[in-house]
Amino acid sequence: MKFVDEFRDPEVITRTAEEIRRLADPNRHYRLMEVCGGHTHAIYRFGLKDILPPNIELIHGPGCPVCVLPMGRIDDGLSLAQDPDVIFSAFGDMMRVPGTQGSPLEHKARGMDVRIVYSPSDALKLAKANPDKHVMFFAIGFETTAPSSALTLMRAKAEGIRNFSLFCNHVTIIPAIRAILDSPDMRLDAFIGPGHVSTVIGCRPYEWIAKDEHKPIAVSGFEPLDLLQSIVMLLRQLKAGEAKVENQYKRVVPWEGNRAALRAMAEVFELRPYFEWRGLGFISQSALRIRDSYAEWDSEQRFSIAGVRVTDPKAAQCGEVLKGVLKPAQCKLFGRECTPEHPVGALMVSSEGSCAAYYNYEHRKAMATSLAWPA
Amino acid sequence: MCLAIPGKIVELFPGTPHLATVEVAGVRRKVDLGLLEDNLPISGDWVLIHVGFAMSKISEQDALDQMQTLMILGEDEQAMQEVRGYGLDDADDQKVS
Repeated sequence: MKFVDEFRDPEVITRTAEEIRRLADPNRHYRLMEVCGGHTHAIYRFGLKDILPPNIELIHGPGCPVCVLPMGRIDDGLSLAQDPDVIFSAFGDMMRVPGTQGSPLEHKARGMDVRIVYSPSDALKLAKANPDKHVMFFAIGFETTAPSSALTLMRAKAEGIRNFSLFCNHVTIIPAIRAILDSPDMRLDAFIGPGHVSTVIGCRPYEWIAKDEHKPIAVSGFEPLDLLQSIVMLLRQLKAGEAKVENQYKRVVPWEGNRAALRAMAEVFELRPYFEWRGLGFISQSALRIRDSYAEWDSEQRFSIAGVRVTDPKAAQCGEVLKGVLKPAQCKLFGRECTPEHPVGALMVSSEGSCAAYYNYEHRKAMATSLAWPA
Repeated sequence: MCLAIPGKIVELFPGTPHLATVEVAGVRRKVDLGLLEDNLPISGDWVLIHVGFAMSKISEQDALDQMQTLMILGEDEQAMQEVRGYGLDDADDQKVS
């Protein structure tokens, strides 16, 4: 319980942890998946594993948009920006993500015009400020960022800004959960549902997980108490043999989601028939593309894109880790060939990826201990 | 990119109703209100901001709690860097780098 004293309401935390111990059947092993990369980061950062009884295992899900992006998409985006009249813009999270010829930052060092933006609307503004250049925004993210991309394209169209396009890599969370549940080696008991994605999509899209798959799900906030309360909700359902969608994060997540955000997404995007996810392979209807009515602002429709496919090294076992079959450290490459400094597999790429989070908190801690007290 | 940053609406612009100035820990930047068009905030309201767009209205207490969460997650500096990076202010053309 190393961080408990820093939390608000440490007494409530302690009581909630006791409730978890009381609810957990000691003869049962619980496998709960937190879908969102932000939750994974929070769980490691707060040391929540130290608070939970050992028979509650948290499996880290696919909700890190940087991690699940195939390397071929980065290569495709960067190949467009080889043209000196093109400015490549993206969120800072993308800048160190490796393509086969290096990351966007490494391309910048070689002379490519690469800009960090903090908002898609800033990329549009960059286009207005550079009328003789074409500004491409390399868009990534789940439903948390997709509405902002959509609204930015609506503004570009309304204002007639034609030297701007979006290279769309937006993905949707529900098909990824379905792919994990459909996997034959899946062994999950329940889900901790994503907080910020649910601000947009609401709680209704998760109902099939409870109804058809009979798995409880609790949409959760990001504080330690939020996560512990969500685990209480899931354990209560499992104990009662129930499966329903609960909303622990009511203070931010409306059951119906954000309708204006959903409208913007529907105006600009449609589902792709399929999309490749690093670690999970091709998943049908799991990503967004830009509708024909916005073709002029779609990098893929406006320019010819090679459609590069780069397969992940066979030795990397990202898929097994994503499905909870293996823990990060059980992958053959973990901590040896594959580290946050030199990521081989998807889950080591971003700090929200489960392998990187595990490496940064657990592995380094273990290494420090073994150095301090040599055997 | 995945940060939810709490900010207080301090100024609205009648000519451009989709824009507002927010204040986040003393830093003022313009954000887009387009995703709250069904329930537009007024001056003094608190919102959660994702990549320069206000995404939900929250209470002041929840805003303070969210700042605290960012702090204990070690993400407060990153959040402030993001907010400072928002370049929607017209006088701010050079901010996008």
